[in-house]
Amino acid sequence: MNSLLKCVVFLSFVGFTVGAQAQFSSPASAPLSASTVPQAQQMQPAELVTLLKTDGAERPVVLQVGSRVMFQQAHIPGSKFAGPGSQPSGLALLKKVTGPIKKDQLIVIYCGCCPWGRCPNIGPAYKQLHDLGFTNVKALYLANNFGDDWASKGYPTDRGE
Amino acid sequence: MRRLAALLVCGMMGGLCAGSAQPATDLVHKPAPQFVRTGLTGKQVDLKSYRGKVVLLNFWATWCAPCQVELPRFEAWQKKYGPKGLQVLAVSMDDGDAPVKRTVRRLHLTYPVLLGDAKLGDAYGGVLGLPITFLIDRKGTIVAKIKGEADLKQLESRVKALLDESPETR
Repeated sequence: MNSLLKCVVFLSFVGFTVGAQAQFSSPASAPLSASTVPQAQQMQPAELVTLLKTDGAERPVVLQVGSRVMFQQAHIPGSKFAGPGSQPSGLALLKKVTGPIKKDQLIVIYCGCCPWGRCPNIGPAYKQLHDLGFTNVKALYLANNFGDDWASKGYPTDRGE
Repeated sequence: MRRLAALLVCGMMGGLCAGSAQPATDLVHKPAPQFVRTGLTGKQVDLKSYRGKVVLLNFWATWCAPCQVELPRFEAWQKKYGPKGLQVLAVSMDDGDAPVKRTVRRLHLTYPVLLGDAKLGDAYGGVLGLPITFLIDRKGTIVAKIKGEADLKQLESRVKALLDESPETR
């Protein structure tokens, strides 16, 4: 019975692993994945919605580090376009946008172009902010994409620039 | 014993399904929103001109990993099913055309590729995650919308069925 149970656990693990690889494996060109962001530095959408209702120091600076075309279609109200983290031009814009911000300010970055484990923008943007000395950076965890995990859930959005 | 068997199946299915794309129903069974754009090669791409063909309309981007898996397969389908009436159209949601041109060259894509924008994204219900693929029948009606990386085997079956359903009418 014990060996049967072990077999079940093993096969379940194999099944999970295969599925996870199907979801997360990506071409060699993929830069630092969002999966490199420590879980403690990830923020759930509902938590950000609550924070956006606050004023003053508690209110985070929210930066979109994905595609401008997607930002123009829908973005989090008050958020700024800071360039795709997977591209040097995007990281340059991110550096410029965050230039005037205090190092201990809460910054929330988000993208939502692709499923979390395959997003090429969040990982490099997070690393750059860390390297620039920002000490309070969170990445918005959008499991599938911005449409499914933010807009479709009825959370607020704005359009345009 | 039965419980263990159920656990086993559940565990394996849970894993295998982890990467599945979600089908969406909005816009399905409705006429495909029309557009006329200049493609990367400078030629005009007018969706209306493909009436009578089965159109696979794919929204993608160069930085989207799942998209890179799909694009070469769509190219193979274009070659294989083009004579039967399939037309692949690819809309890149990149912010500029330089990386798109590089990818088109690298993957030897021969089907029309054009740059999308917020207006085109809005027309197709909001492209707020990539890839998204629409299957449009010969009458210009959207028959499927696949959000996320497509199950290519399933999608190919759907394409073949659509092509066999009715002969090319152009």
